[in-house]
This record gives sequence, structure tokens and C-alpha cells, in this order.
Amino acid sequence: MVGRAALAEIAEEVYEHPEEGNIYQLSQNMKANHVSHSRFLPECGLMRQEIVLMGLNHKTANVELRECIGFSADEADAALPAFQKDPAVSEAVLLSTCNRVELILAVSDTEKAILSAKNYISRSKNLTVPEFEKSLYIHTGDDAVRHIFRVAASLDSMVVGEPQILGQMKEAYRMAIRKKTSGVILNRLLHKTFFVAKRVRTETGIGDHAVSISYAAIELGRKIFGDLEGRKVLLIGAGEMAELAVEHLIRHRVGDIFVANRTFERGLAMARQFHGKAIRFEEIGDALTHADIIISSTGAPGFILTREQVKKVLRPRKNRPLFFIDIAVPRDIDPDINRLANTYVYDIDDLQGVIEENKEDRHREAMRAERIIDEAVIRFREWYEGLDVVPTIVGLREKLWRIAESEMKKSLGHSLSHLSEEDGQAVRRMMNAMINKVLHDPTLFLKNKGCYGDKALYLDITRKLFRLDEE
Amino acid sequence: MKILINITLLFYFMSTAGYSAYLFRQKEYLHKSGFYLLGTAFVCHTALIGWAYAKSGIFPIHNLHQILSMSGWALTAFFLAFQQQFRLKVMGVYAAPLALFLMIVSARFPVEPVQINSTFRSFWLIFHVTLIFLSYGAFALACGAGILYLVQENAIKSKKRGFFYRRLPSLELLDNTGYACIITGFTMVTVGLVSGFVYAKWIWGKFWSWDPKEVWSGILWVFYAILLHERLAVGWRGRKSAIMSIIGFAVLLFTFIGVNFLLKGHHGEFTQW
Repeated sequence: MVGRAALAEIAEEVYEHPEEGNIYQLSQNMKANHVSHSRFLPECGLMRQEIVLMGLNHKTANVELRECIGFSADEADAALPAFQKDPAVSEAVLLSTCNRVELILAVSDTEKAILSAKNYISRSKNLTVPEFEKSLYIHTGDDAVRHIFRVAASLDSMVVGEPQILGQMKEAYRMAIRKKTSGVILNRLLHKTFFVAKRVRTETGIGDHAVSISYAAIELGRKIFGDLEGRKVLLIGAGEMAELAVEHLIRHRVGDIFVANRTFERGLAMARQFHGKAIRFEEIGDALTHADIIISSTGAPGFILTREQVKKVLRPRKNRPLFFIDIAVPRDIDPDINRLANTYVYDIDDLQGVIEENKEDRHREAMRAERIIDEAVIRFREWYEGLDVVPTIVGLREKLWRIAESEMKKSLGHSLSHLSEEDGQAVRRMMNAMINKVLHDPTLFLKNKGCYGDKALYLDITRKLFRLDEE
Repeated sequence: MKILINITLLFYFMSTAGYSAYLFRQKEYLHKSGFYLLGTAFVCHTALIGWAYAKSGIFPIHNLHQILSMSGWALTAFFLAFQQQFRLKVMGVYAAPLALFLMIVSARFPVEPVQINSTFRSFWLIFHVTLIFLSYGAFALACGAGILYLVQENAIKSKKRGFFYRRLPSLELLDNTGYACIITGFTMVTVGLVSGFVYAKWIWGKFWSWDPKEVWSGILWVFYAILLHERLAVGWRGRKSAIMSIIGFAVLLFTFIGVNFLLKGHHGEFTQW
């Protein structure tokens, strides 16, 4: 199969040898290239390609199976050419994350392609086909397209609206490009996918609301402080969730970070990690004068910050707001502090409450996203159906006729207005004959009298050259 | 005249509708249309006042209709200028209906002034009145920011986030906005009062005549002066500052309207009808 890169190579060759740079030479080169690269039987070119999606996700397969079938980057690197080796498969993209494996194929023979893909998985993963077959879903045509759109828009994710999946999908596509296993159809499909995912993200609120503790804390922080830039953070104690929250805050360019720990050495180590400053546990009271956001996550049995302690610092702080995030269980921060002016205390249950609310919102937004996706599926189908010989030739002919008609109307109306009705008819006939002659060779070419291999590529180029698809 | 009033009312109404729709749907184009409709209303309103001025040759602040209309105009003017600066979109939801309300009430009173005292034809008077009215607009917005602050603060404190939590900006922004409004309003009211004193000296020969309006304006000035001082010195901000700006606006309303109806004085004839 000749991909874009190969075409570019040919073009470069021509450029380097200007004496050979005529159209005839170009087509001869292409042909030669084709024959030598083509793995298809000649008649394959005649067959229509179909988009097939095969995969499993967190809903259909348990974690053991997903772990087993998941492809590492290296494995995917090897798998892509292997899938494509099957004569029934012309293009392949493989997405593998911890929650899903999706294999997207453009195939000429659906049955054969699915069978060979299953066999490859069974071989490479040391599983018998029945062991994983039940967890697989297989979509073709519109359903496959819709599924891919939904996955990229994060409607199919375990946490609806989570943003990582789009990045993972882009990475999967990049790999397919590197391995040259993505061609006209999948290129178009994936570009559309990224476009749709972006549209869903900007036009619906699906990604608006935080659904993890640390994100929820940041969302609240932004409602209190507006901009988090330059706000000082005090981290009391340690813990995975607290550290994650601090990392998120750093990404929002907060100012100084103070770390207080019962063991000062531990505090020093963590302060180094965040480029912050370690303070002694006894100094917390003083640090409150400076800090704006306090994240607490110690194993202490009682409150480590009392209402009195906080009340004392309000005046020296000139009542600038204080935001306490208490991730510890049992709680570190006296909830009564929330009753002081300009101080806000959120404990883990409160944050969990924020998350639950946000999840509901996301599901509502997901409905709107589905509508955007339905529309995109229809648009894609229109392009895809156009990507066939007959519609392309019809489109070409219509386009040329439209141009001829309008030019004829202009000329007959002005410079040729002295012509009689019959002369006008003669001009029209001449135009018609010209169009037929001009289109003769391209038509033959597209009808496979010189077009081997990946017909979709030539159809796509033709459609692009003459701009037959309105964008 | 009647037609222009109605057109102005219509645009204020449409702007209010646009901003209300924005509050619910949160679409940028709704906010934009609310803003431009308000701008159009403002242009009509300016034409209306300009016409009244041209027709009678005196600054149109001589009956309740004109006073209310002028205050609505000042509020809109301040809001439009301010919106460019602060980008606090949700504020239109407060400003547009308020201007609409002022206009509706204004339109219910007779247009023609009862009688005109010739001492009211001075530049100083126009300067005095315009500044005072603009400062009232600023304080009205400060009150709005204060209300929004309290709503948002309550949502965050009570941990019951809802409709408004999502739609209102951060506490910090609301607080800063209120503060900026008060600073601007305070500056204007100060200059406005001083120009009033100068004018009084020129007309009546004394700066201060213990007129109830003067006394209440003095109270108002001291109130906002304290508010600003405490904010800078001790850090009166957030909730306290929000509550104070709402109370301040209540004092302002009394100074503006209440004094004229309940007490006598040389500002009285402005609100006759």
C-alpha cells in the first residue's frame, strides 16, 4: 500500500530529476511503486473497505482479562504491522489503556479480518479465543464510528468526562502513523474523532466539573480566591491524596509552599520534593498568618487546629480568606472554624459531596454530547459513502458541468450574445464533448484500469483535488 | 417624547431578558446581546435626556420623572463603563433590571416640570448633579456586588452549592469589584459634594446650611469613608464589607428619595410631580 509518505517520496524524486518531472513519469513511478509494494490481489482494489472496531473495556471485561490483553507500547508497535499483514486488513490503529483495548481496522473482508485479529491476540497473549471472545464487542460501519467518537469524547469512560482518554487516543494514532498502518480512511476517521471530542468538550460541560478529591478542592479554591496564582500553601502531614492536591496546586502556580510534619526530617524531604519550606509542627500557628490554603492529612486522633488558633490570626491577616482542606480521617481541623468570617473548611465528606453532584451534572451533559456525536456520525458516513468510484465520478462530472454552465451563461450573455440559438447549442455540445474527453482518463483510472491497491487513497485525492466534499 | 421613552423602555426590557437568559443558559452570545441591548438602551436614554435638555434649555432634573430617569441613566452609564473594566458578566443580571425598574417608575410620572427656578442654570449644578448621580450608580453596583458576594459565600460556607454557586464568580472577584465600585463612588461623591458646597456658597452665600439633604449626604459620606478606612486599616473585607455596602445603599436611598418626602429642604422641589 502506498501511504502519504510514499507519495511524498515520489514527488521528491520528481523534484530532484526535473527532466523526468512530467505527469506521465509520475504516474509510471507510482505504478511501479505500487506493484512492488502492493500485497493485494488485484481484485482487492475493487472491494469496498469497511470500518471494523473490535475491543473490550471495563464494562465487558474484568481487570484480570484487561491486564492480560492490554498491549504495552512495544507490543502495540509489533502488533500493528502484524494486523495489517492480513490481506483482508488495509489499515489498523490500536488503542490500549488500563480500562480498554480498542482495535480499529479498515478491512475489505470483515469476517476474515476479525478472525485473523482474534487469532493474533490469542497467539500473542497466550489465550485461547473462547477465553476472551465473550468479552469482546465488535462494531462495524456507523456503529464503529460512533463507538470511537464516544470513546474519544470520554462518554464511554469509567469516569465520564475524564480528559486523559483523548491524549491516549492521539498517542495511539501517532503510533499508527509511525508504523504507517493508518491510511486514508482511518486518518480521516481519527481526525474527525479528535475534532468531535474537542467539540464535545467545548460545547458541553462534560469536563467542567471536578470528579476527584484534589480537583474538587481546586475548583473550590478557585471559587474562593479566583486565581490561585501566588497563594501560599501549607501542607500538614503527608499522604497520597494530600500530595496529589499539592501537585495540582503547583500546576496552578501557587506561591510558597510550607510543609509541617511531626518528624521534621520527613517534612524536609517533602519540602524538597515540592520546592517548599519545611517548618516545625509547633510553628503551624505562625504559618497560618501567611498561608492561604491549608491541606491537612495527619494521623492525629484529635484536632490539630482549633478555632482559637485560627481566630487569632484573622486580624494579622487582615481578614484575607483562608481555605482549609481536611483530608484526614479522623479530622484534623475543627469544623467550627468554618463559622469564622472569611474562613472555609471542607473535610473529605464535603469534597465527596461536591464530586457526587458534579457526576450527576456530567451525566446530564453527556446527553447533549450524544447529539453532537450522532450528527458527526452522519457527516462521516456522507464522506465515507462518497469515497466510492461511482459517486466520485458523478461528483466530478457535476462539478465540471456546473463550471461549464456558469461560464457558458456568462459568455452567451455578453461577448457571444450575437450568436444565434443554434450556435449556442453548438457551443454547448462542444463543451459537453470536452468534459467527456477530459474525464475519460480519470474515469478509467478510477475504474481500476491503472489504479491498483488502495483505491480509497486515489478517490480521496481526487475528491480533495476537485474539492468534491464541502467542508 | 412618549415614543422615545417607550423605545428606551423596550431596550431596557430586552436587555434584562437577555441577561436573565444568560443567567440560566450561560451562553456567551446571550451575555453579549444583553450587553449590546443595554448599550442601545443607553443611547436612546441619552437622546431622551438630551432632547429634554434642548427643549427646555435647563438640565432635566426638575421633577420626579426626570430625577429617576437621570439616576437610571447614571447607573447604566457607570455599569457600561465598568463592565469594560471588570468583566463581571453576571452583574448585568442586577444592573439591567434595576435600570429598567427606575425607568418604569419614572415613566409613570408626568414629564413636564412644574416650575423652574432660575438659579438652576449653572454649569456647577450640572457638574454637581451628574457626579452625585454617577456615584449613586457606583454605590448601587457595590450593593449588587455585596448581595452576590453574600449569596456565593453562603453557598460555599453551607456546602450546599447550587444554581448560583456555578454561575457566580469567585468571592475574591466579587469582593474586589465591590471595593472598586465604592472607591469610584466615593471619589465621585466627594467631588460632587464639594461642587455642591461651592455652588451653595455662590447662590446662598454659605457652604453649609443644615439642610436635611446636606446632613444625610454628610452621613452617607462619613459612612463610606469609615468603610474604606476600616478596609485599608483593619481589613474589613468579604462578608462584613458586603453587608456594609448593602446598608450603605439603603442610607443612600433614603438620602436620595426619603429625605425629599419625609423632610423639607432646598432639594425638595426636585422630586415634585
